[in-house]
Amino acid sequence: MAWLIALLQTLLFIALAPLLAGWLKCCKCRLQNRRAPSLLQPYRDLRKLSHKQPVVARQASWIFTITPYIVFSATVLAASVVPLIAVDLPTAAIADVIVMVGFFALARFFQALAGMDIGTAFGGMGSSREMTIASLAEPAMLMAIFTLAMSASTTNLSVAIDHVLAGGFVLRPSYVFALLGLMLVAIAETGRIPVDNPATHLELTMIHEAMILEYSGRHLALIEWASQIKLMLYGVLIANIFFPWGIAETYSLEALGSGLLAITGKLALLAVLLALSETLLAKMRLFRVQEFLGFAYLLSLLGMLSHIILEVID
Amino acid sequence: MALFLAYCSVVTAVMSGVLALASGQRSGLQRITAALLNAKATHLAERFPKLPGYAEFIFTKERYPSLLRQAVFVLLGTCGVFAVLGGIAIMAADGAVIDQLSYGLPWLSWHVRFDSLSGFFHCVIGIAVIAVALYGPGYVNEFEESKHPFSVLGLFTGLFVAGMLLVPLADDAFFFVIAWELMSVASYFLVTWQHERSANRRAGFIYLLMAEVGAIALILAFGVLAGFSGGLTFAAMRSAELTPLWASIAFSLALLGYGMKAGLVPIHVWLPEAHPVAPSHISALMSGVMLKVAVYGFIRFAFDLLGDMQWQWGLAVLILGTASAVLGVLYAIMQHNLKRLLAYHSVENIGIIFMGLGLSMIFASSGHPKLAVLGLLAALFHTLNHALFKSLLFLGAGAILHQTHEADIERMGGLIHRMPKTAALFLIGCVAISALPLFNGFVSEWLTFQAALQAGVLESGVLRSLVPITAAVLALTGALAAACFVKVYGVVFLGAPRSSKVSHAHEVRSRGMLAGPALLAALCFLFGIFPTPVINGLNSVAGNLLNATLPSVSAMGWLWLTPVSSDVASYSAPLVLLAALLVGTLVSWVLHRVKETANRRADLWECGFGGVTPRMQYTSSAFSMPLRRIFKTVWEVDETIVREPAGAKGQRTAVVRYQLHIGDHAWRFIYHPIAHAVTTAARHIGKIQTGNIRVYLGYSFFTLLFLLWVIS
Repeated sequence: MAWLIALLQTLLFIALAPLLAGWLKCCKCRLQNRRAPSLLQPYRDLRKLSHKQPVVARQASWIFTITPYIVFSATVLAASVVPLIAVDLPTAAIADVIVMVGFFALARFFQALAGMDIGTAFGGMGSSREMTIASLAEPAMLMAIFTLAMSASTTNLSVAIDHVLAGGFVLRPSYVFALLGLMLVAIAETGRIPVDNPATHLELTMIHEAMILEYSGRHLALIEWASQIKLMLYGVLIANIFFPWGIAETYSLEALGSGLLAITGKLALLAVLLALSETLLAKMRLFRVQEFLGFAYLLSLLGMLSHIILEVID
Repeated sequence: MALFLAYCSVVTAVMSGVLALASGQRSGLQRITAALLNAKATHLAERFPKLPGYAEFIFTKERYPSLLRQAVFVLLGTCGVFAVLGGIAIMAADGAVIDQLSYGLPWLSWHVRFDSLSGFFHCVIGIAVIAVALYGPGYVNEFEESKHPFSVLGLFTGLFVAGMLLVPLADDAFFFVIAWELMSVASYFLVTWQHERSANRRAGFIYLLMAEVGAIALILAFGVLAGFSGGLTFAAMRSAELTPLWASIAFSLALLGYGMKAGLVPIHVWLPEAHPVAPSHISALMSGVMLKVAVYGFIRFAFDLLGDMQWQWGLAVLILGTASAVLGVLYAIMQHNLKRLLAYHSVENIGIIFMGLGLSMIFASSGHPKLAVLGLLAALFHTLNHALFKSLLFLGAGAILHQTHEADIERMGGLIHRMPKTAALFLIGCVAISALPLFNGFVSEWLTFQAALQAGVLESGVLRSLVPITAAVLALTGALAAACFVKVYGVVFLGAPRSSKVSHAHEVRSRGMLAGPALLAALCFLFGIFPTPVINGLNSVAGNLLNATLPSVSAMGWLWLTPVSSDVASYSAPLVLLAALLVGTLVSWVLHRVKETANRRADLWECGFGGVTPRMQYTSSAFSMPLRRIFKTVWEVDETIVREPAGAKGQRTAVVRYQLHIGDHAWRFIYHPIAHAVTTAARHIGKIQTGNIRVYLGYSFFTLLFLLWVIS
């Protein structure tokens, strides 16, 4: 039963990710006085792409063609360990939060390799920038997560959420800092403004798009879908770790239903916030990103220190 | 039995070295054999009529060198097999065997002790030696035409391996130092094997100098222990009662000595010099295994011989380890000589191992023996893993060097098309060393993270806040390592070839040159998916040292890894692999159902301009440019752009050259001042050497007076 629910939850995760991307685009368009495409547009795009024949450069090796599958699988695995609508699911035990970060690293590793496979300047540029940003973002993210892990004394996401739920709503300085740090990291990792602009194809500013420039057809569909899942995953992490209320703790139908409603509401709200910040901010220069991520790291570090100094009772 | 196997491995290693000496002696041996066969007294030729035929077959001019090479490496491989078997036997028996050999000093015979820790390191050495023995015959073929005799290479390889195998067996300080020096000196001759290049001689000198300084520190450390115990045997040293101050002095000396061999920052500088210049299979042994022998020595000294640990030691080791990890990878990322880059990665990985050891010492000294076991376990597992993937990468680098004669990665590219099998094996090494899930490097780093995250139990607030920061630095290290290996793999194997040598390279011909790396790659994957059996074995190794074991490592069965308890953290690599395969195949099946087409091959997109050339690709220095700007204080960056003007008044620029030199701060701030001080002091002392006999007689007179004054 639990495994079945875990499977359904993962499928739901995969299925809802494009919807979140559509909603985000919708909010952004409204905020910028543009007419919004339909909420279902990302699904249509994926469908269109998966029906097209992929074009692969002659120079490409097997790394290039296998990468979309690795990226998608790793992202789905990461999604399967994050509690979406219910906690205490068995999948959370397969991999803890450090392994989840490892899945992202695996996906990124192959994505960057595929960027360099063809031998164009764009691909190398995207790979170099992506790996640079990731190497700064990863410690900041793990630091934020370690704050939580040390206070809940676990790296199992489900158990950590249980710990927050059991503690009730307490304003802890460490969580506030960790939340802020994680939000900044999430922006960098999912390639949103001000770190990267998913809508641009300008060589000076591209990061993620430069790596996947040569992809088409079903390969592109998989990569696009994976990045939508990744965006949603960071949203779910922020929503469910720091505001877990509403998540189903039993497997009854109504608990699961209210869990679904709760996470939908939380994600919709987070997407509005993200759209607002993307509208208000401009993309920053590449060599400002380290300051941005350094700030995220500092916030996470403050969270850790305030946990150790203020919250540990000897 | 286990000890017998260990002896066998040492003896076969020495035998392979001695056999290599025969490589230049073909005609002499032929004569001796002929004389033996024809001698009436033995009747050999009559009793075995086929023998002369065999002898003739062996001693033909064409076959003899290659047969001898094969035989040498077969013996070396046998030595590796014996070492692994002996190690496994002693780990399974979970005991210790003691023996005495009647060599050495008249009053001190060599004490031998083979326990599970020694057994584990014998396994590590053995696996790498087997892979090298498979790889070696194909690789040294290249040197057939060169003037460097195979006999020297083979002899010192045998002695080097024998030395490494003897170090874990030693049970008294005298024998230990003898074995240690055998290892150091033999490897010096391997580093300087191609001595006509000045870089090799320089690297060899630095290596020998630092190895000997380290050895002096070690001898002094043993001296402190011997002073308190009154004997040179380890058994006496274990029972010695040291004052905390002397214990700290002994520990610092040992850390200096072993750290110098292992390559901790800032005493790592010999490593990136010596490893690239040795033949690649030797680099694999030096980087993959010899550094591990230093780790063994450190564990033996700090966890076994010294009594109670102090938390300050653990903190020092943790900080040194963290610094080595992050600086090692930052230096590595700027290199463009493949083997030098890999050598810097050894500094990084040794740093990670010492982080685990430091955590273990902190926990052990503050009364948490189970968590100390966790830290030690992580360190030991990473030791094994690093030996596997670093040897794999060095062997892969050797294959590239062998086929392209190119060491600079800026001139490579596209080798995945030219050398597909080597490329696949090298990729496994890259993924494993970048600590990505499903491979072994990830498991040991994950265990190190888990150990660091238990810092909440510590009493001291300083430690409690420092330890998670080191964990975050470890995360930075892992991410930078991934960036570095994307660079390496992307520039070497992907894209288009950047030089004609590389574009005409071929896959290695010898099967052994693929089998050696393939064995290591298979083990990388195997230990990544099924870490529990190894970790259970290491649990008892660590348990013997710390008198505690982790009860729950595999409490949920072999599928699950639960270092502390299943609530705290769990990881199931087999299930992850299963799920990944399931998702991957399902998705590809669905997509191919939706639209059943093969990929269309076409020209790449050239932005409409046409003429994409290999020079337009990102190079290694271009790839690392953003990191170079972000962390610029870490290196001595010397960047110059040279413009050569052309035209009548020099208004045109004909050529633009970009030169980049990345220096190591350790040289400027530590080694150059020391070298300068030594030369200045020598110059000043040299002034007393006047060349005048009267002055010398005066010196003798005053020395005599002084000595008389001292004894009176």
